[in-house]
Amino acid sequence: MIHFVLLISRQGKVRLTKWYSPYTQKERSKVIRELSGVILSRAPKLCNFVEWRGHKVVYKRYASLYFCMCIDDTDNELEVLEMIHHFVEILDRYFGSVCELDLIFNFHKAYYILDELLIAGELQESSKKTVARLIAAQDSLVETAKEEASSLSNIIAQATK
Amino acid sequence: MAGSSSSIMDNLFQRTLDDLIKSMRLQLLNESTFISKSIEDIRREIKSTDPQTKSTALQKLTYLSAIHGVDMSWASFHVVEVMSSSLFSHKRIGYHAASISFHDSTPVLLLITNQLRKDLSSTNHFHASLALHCLSTIATLDLSRDLTPDLFNLLSSSRVFIRNKAIAVVLRVFDKYPDAVRVCFKRLVENLESSDPHVVTAVIGVFCELSSKDPRPYLQLAPEFHRILVNSKNNWILIKVLKIFARLAPLEPRLGKKIVEPICEHIRRSGAKSLVFECVRIVITSLSDHESAVKLAVSKIRELLVDQDPNLRYLGLHALSVAAPKHLWAVLENKDAVIKSLDDEDSNIKIESLRLLMAMVSESNVVEISRVLLNYALKSDPEFCNEILGSVLTTCGRNDYEIIVDFDWYVSLLGEMATIPHCQKDEEIENQLIDIGMRVKDARLQLVRVARDLLIDPALLGNVYLHRILCAAAWVAGEYVQLVRNPLELIDALVQPRTNLLPPSIRAVYINSVLKVLSFCLDCYLDQDEGTASSYCCNLAGEQSEMFLVKTHTEAPELVATTREGSNYEQDEGFNPRNTTIESSDDLSDENDTDRVVTLLSMKNFTHESVVSLLNRIELIFSSLTANQDVEVLERARNIFAFVQLVKAEIIDNSGQNVDKKYTQVSAVIKSIRDAFSMELGPVSISAQGRVAVPDGLVLNENLDDLKAICGDIELPSSSSFYTGGPQFGTASDASSSNLLKNDESGPSNESTSLLEHRKRHGLYYLASDKSETVPNDYPPANDPKANSNINDEADALAKLTEQSLLLKKRTNQMKPRPVVVKLDDGDAAPIPDKRPEPINDSLSGAIKDVLGSEANLSVSRSNPLDKSSTKRKGKKKLGTDLPSEMKENLGDAEKPDPENPNPSSKSKERRRRGKEKIVEGEEPEQRGKKKSSHRHGRHKTHQRANSPLNVVSQAPVIPDFLL
Repeated sequence: MIHFVLLISRQGKVRLTKWYSPYTQKERSKVIRELSGVILSRAPKLCNFVEWRGHKVVYKRYASLYFCMCIDDTDNELEVLEMIHHFVEILDRYFGSVCELDLIFNFHKAYYILDELLIAGELQESSKKTVARLIAAQDSLVETAKEEASSLSNIIAQATK
Repeated sequence: MAGSSSSIMDNLFQRTLDDLIKSMRLQLLNESTFISKSIEDIRREIKSTDPQTKSTALQKLTYLSAIHGVDMSWASFHVVEVMSSSLFSHKRIGYHAASISFHDSTPVLLLITNQLRKDLSSTNHFHASLALHCLSTIATLDLSRDLTPDLFNLLSSSRVFIRNKAIAVVLRVFDKYPDAVRVCFKRLVENLESSDPHVVTAVIGVFCELSSKDPRPYLQLAPEFHRILVNSKNNWILIKVLKIFARLAPLEPRLGKKIVEPICEHIRRSGAKSLVFECVRIVITSLSDHESAVKLAVSKIRELLVDQDPNLRYLGLHALSVAAPKHLWAVLENKDAVIKSLDDEDSNIKIESLRLLMAMVSESNVVEISRVLLNYALKSDPEFCNEILGSVLTTCGRNDYEIIVDFDWYVSLLGEMATIPHCQKDEEIENQLIDIGMRVKDARLQLVRVARDLLIDPALLGNVYLHRILCAAAWVAGEYVQLVRNPLELIDALVQPRTNLLPPSIRAVYINSVLKVLSFCLDCYLDQDEGTASSYCCNLAGEQSEMFLVKTHTEAPELVATTREGSNYEQDEGFNPRNTTIESSDDLSDENDTDRVVTLLSMKNFTHESVVSLLNRIELIFSSLTANQDVEVLERARNIFAFVQLVKAEIIDNSGQNVDKKYTQVSAVIKSIRDAFSMELGPVSISAQGRVAVPDGLVLNENLDDLKAICGDIELPSSSSFYTGGPQFGTASDASSSNLLKNDESGPSNESTSLLEHRKRHGLYYLASDKSETVPNDYPPANDPKANSNINDEADALAKLTEQSLLLKKRTNQMKPRPVVVKLDDGDAAPIPDKRPEPINDSLSGAIKDVLGSEANLSVSRSNPLDKSSTKRKGKKKLGTDLPSEMKENLGDAEKPDPENPNPSSKSKERRRRGKEKIVEGEEPEQRGKKKSSHRHGRHKTHQRANSPLNVVSQAPVIPDFLL
């Protein structure tokens, strides 16, 4: 299973973290520090796998962002690479040629997309289309709610409550 | 009114997450103050009654927590509040915050059960989806128990994406609350048969995880998995199924036959590297009996090894190392590619290929491979260099140097390693040098040569990573001094000025070695003077030098014959050492192999002048050391100093006098020192202490509490006790002579300090607790030279005991072409067997297994009659995939009483059929719990109480042969 997902920028800034195995806040920061040290220092054109504390970390660099997933030793590294690519494609489709800034400012959306892709450290949805559809449906749900909430009558109603 | 208006203001002027991120990016200078300021705002906003304000505040907090690691445990109650909002947008923020920040011990978890239940059963599927996601990360035992029924409902949800998530959540719930298996497992299995590939992906993922803990219970589902393996076109699914089979195949030999063909098909046909790699992996790990498949897999691995893509090269090597234990030929076949990978720019690939090389090492190729590796070590970066050295050392040292035949070569290799610039494996090399010295007699000559080469180079003393190696070298040189070509040169090396760069503990070893060498030299000198003709085999050189001489002869008889001194040696009787005027102290440089014999002869030819100058030099050097800060160094230096003074006085006085009468006193001292040092040291078994008989009247148990008080702040001796044990051993058994020595120089002792009293009373503890001299704290004041003599009696006794135990343990000398390596019959520094972590079989997973077994059966059996189509399909599949002969074979198996299943399968089928009805009706988990407990009983009752679920459970261990 996937233990965690990290998105780290080339400068070592964390862009997204998702933990599927229990780690305390302290451990989390330590993991991030250790791994970004290991991964960012690797030259391009090396293999995408790093052995780390009995696990394997599969990472791939897209533009200025490193996508890292930590998996068990027995998991299939190539499959995870495909998974990362899958995630990036979905992001790309959703944001329209995604860049690091998209993920910085839509940090929560990136989470929601990841949630549709992975659950409990397992791939749950292998179809890009389905993920896109689900995300769109949820977005529209939020939009309608927002419109309602921000309508003038609503504010008045709230104020005079 | 005032309150609500303020909340509107809050709402209007609140920073959104966007604002927060933007201003954070602007404030590059002081991030931490900005964060703490934002947290202040958030603390205020999150208390707002307005849900919008609250959720925005929470969103910001979540952001700060996820990205900047800010603690948000204080807000957990607010998280619960936001979760309970009816608006999806707020709810989503709340759930997200919960899954990021909640953990098993979060107190508010108790509050969310109802909220989760409500959302799980909500008509809005997105709410259910949120709840499932949250549950998948935070589920605890309580939550799992309480929500299992809701989860059960969702497992058959008409919405595929909900069902997928529910399936994934099951994994966590099973883990936390194994009893949930009883309720949910059946539906989980049903989902295996779903026509929707997404659902199958999810279920297979769950089974893949479950089977990684304990695959046994899932054997019964093998037919289902097999169907998927054959029919599925989805690589995600296939990879997971293969993983499951990799775990099942070793448990059920018949399974291999079934799956090997489809797997080979995938290897041949599939274009997806990930799938091919997975197939290769399962073949080399679990299907090693199927030769053609293995060959195919290895040919694939070869392709990977030469691929452009570093990922594939890495995986190729990785696959080879997985294959190595069972199919070493595969590794040997690809040796060239592996060695080439050592040069790869990627350190991961390099390390992987290093591991492989180590797996290949055997008696026949160890020399070759080590040579290659050392060359690589020389030119690679420090980190990898040490990686290489470390693995060479571990591999060669495994099982008492199992694979080493030529120890001379190996010892030289160790010396070579030590001088590699980046070498930091000092500890390992140190241990091996000493260990080989003690275990392998035949290697000692070479060992001493290597030690001498190391010691003599002043440059090496500057490298801290060499100090421990030098320490070993000094010990070796001192211990086996009779094999040293040129003792005087050795003493020069041991006392050279740069030795002050050494840490005191190592310096102490150096000094002790000086004492050994010096006493050896003096002894030889005295022997010379006495004119004993047979000085070559004098008791000091002992059997070791004898052994060595024999060896030299057999090795190079012609050399001996052609050497002048060698022939002299042959005519031993007439040989007068004094006539040979070789000044061995000046003869430092000759490295020639024929020298072995020459120097053995010449080294004993000490002239009076050379001895006197030696004594003078040592006196000079050690007079300065007697002011050293370190007690260890100080004490040893003082001992030598006193010894030298004693000897010198007599030797100088007596020079030129009558040979017969001189040196009587001194020679007794020297003899006894030599005797002490010439006792051979062997490896000490870990259990050696246990074999020392406890003397009468000594009650160890009672006093152990005192020991704690005494040794409370003494650090346990580290591995260094290994070598310091040597000197101590000598010193201890040397008790009488050192007594003599001390009495000689300082007269009767009067010790009355409390510390000395202490030592007297607890003398045994002092020795027993460390067996070495590494307890400087407890040594008496350095300027009290008598203190040591106090413990001598007990030390002597103990030393004798140790001696005996050592002798008892004298190892069985196997006569092999390779030199004898001393091995202790037991408890030696035993090679720690690689412990493969066994699948954890704690009570929890045991329970799962138990329940899974029964449930699996029940579900399979149940689905047959209920679901007509599935029955048919199964029947078809049987016909389709099983050859008739195999069918027969299976039937035959079924007839035999299976060890795992005492019942003929026909009966169990019958029972299954009965069981099915009641399972459909009785869904309550409570009832189930009872059933499981009585296994055997149930079997009989089944017939009477057809509606009791017991019968189902009783079939648990059945492996449905008919499906295989």
